[in-house]
Amino acid sequence: MKNLKKKIHFHINLKSKHLLGIMTLFCGSCIVGTFASGVTTAPLQEAAGLIVVPFEKSIANISSYLEGVRGNFREKEELLAENQELRAQIDSLTTENNKLIQDQGELKRLQELYELDQEYSDYPKVAAKIISKDPGNWYDTFMIDKGSNDGIKIDNNVIAGKGLVGIVTEVGPSWATVRSIIDDSSNVSAMTVSTSDNCVIQGDLELIDEGKLRFEQLYDQENKVTVGERIVTSNISDKYVEGIFIGYVSEIVQDANNLTKTGTIVTPVDFRHLKEVFVITENKQDRIKEGEKKTDEK
Amino acid sequence: MKSKIVLFLTIVFTFLLQCTVMDFISIGSITPNLILILCVSMGLMRGRKSGLWVGFFSGLLVDMFYGSVFGVYALIYMYVGFISGYAHSIYYDNDVKIPMILAAGGDLLYNLAVYGLQFLLRGRLGLETYIYRIIIPEVFYTVFLTFFVYRAFYYINHHFMSVTKKESESIWVLK
Repeated sequence: MKNLKKKIHFHINLKSKHLLGIMTLFCGSCIVGTFASGVTTAPLQEAAGLIVVPFEKSIANISSYLEGVRGNFREKEELLAENQELRAQIDSLTTENNKLIQDQGELKRLQELYELDQEYSDYPKVAAKIISKDPGNWYDTFMIDKGSNDGIKIDNNVIAGKGLVGIVTEVGPSWATVRSIIDDSSNVSAMTVSTSDNCVIQGDLELIDEGKLRFEQLYDQENKVTVGERIVTSNISDKYVEGIFIGYVSEIVQDANNLTKTGTIVTPVDFRHLKEVFVITENKQDRIKEGEKKTDEK
Repeated sequence: MKSKIVLFLTIVFTFLLQCTVMDFISIGSITPNLILILCVSMGLMRGRKSGLWVGFFSGLLVDMFYGSVFGVYALIYMYVGFISGYAHSIYYDNDVKIPMILAAGGDLLYNLAVYGLQFLLRGRLGLETYIYRIIIPEVFYTVFLTFFVYRAFYYINHHFMSVTKKESESIWVLK
């Protein structure tokens, strides 16, 4: 009996360096495979997501609950001081508000001018909460608590209150990962509002601390683009829908080739304290296809 | 078998903590690398093969959810775990100084590998900025965290997993 057991229970005993070699080859072929053929790991992701995501959601809920509890314990004096501060703020806000009302009139006029109005407001949107961030310090991706069940697809654009946040890169039934535009590997095709000149917005890890992004290849022969110019997503981008606000130009320099300009832009989104985002559940490609259908019908 | 299940649960739990809780305790947007601490401690406590497998699977989790190219993090963490496994036969694992030194070395290696494989290849040459802004702060924070977390991993290893034959494998013990 014992002999039989020994016979059946055989063991492959590899030396650890051979195992390392084999696994290195495996990883290498995975890397090459995903690079070359674009094989997706979607089924694996979905399976792992089933285990991981519920926990992440509950941890996110617990943390927001704890934050609420911490808020209740705040000192009375602190609150009084804050009250005073807020009163002062009300005064300044009223004056600001008056100014804003004036601005709104101007905005309406401008929106009509650029026909951004209809584009921006009738995109179907889904609100989502951020439940986890990527584990390292090199990249800026995060996971949200809505997925394909809520109509989110790969390449959906993600915005927060004031401007563009990023793009959906992976999607599961109840989760999706989003790569933000400040991520070092992100590229966005954009244009200036006043002159409609195209440029490319790149995330840069070296500029992240200042909350800035880099832009390149801005062709502006007449020097019309100045500091403070508004930058929106361009009409020629095939992944980003047109006219989403990205930021203001903060520096602009002529390139050595004397043709194009580079510089930095400031984004209005506070990426470090981002909690909730909106996902536009319509891709640019869908929109183009719909447009084609309509013209066919006509 | 039991130790394999415990190890698997530890990996998943560490990954969850890394993606959620570590973000709350980040200082200046630098988060410590808990997954790396796990790889290094398991390598030290259980040897090269365990370090390799722990590194591989935790790296695979990272790749699945956040990696742009599948397999890169698995490769890096695998090597970190494997290399720290060499310490298994030299040192005893009940001293917290050894994993701290290993974590420092491992984190440096990890970050340089990430830079080399994913940033340098895209033409980002500002290594100096990255070293001062990301690598050195992360190494210090990770080492600091190792001091506290290693005890937890040590406890898990010695109470829930089968004992690895420490004495007989040590090169200092006469056989």
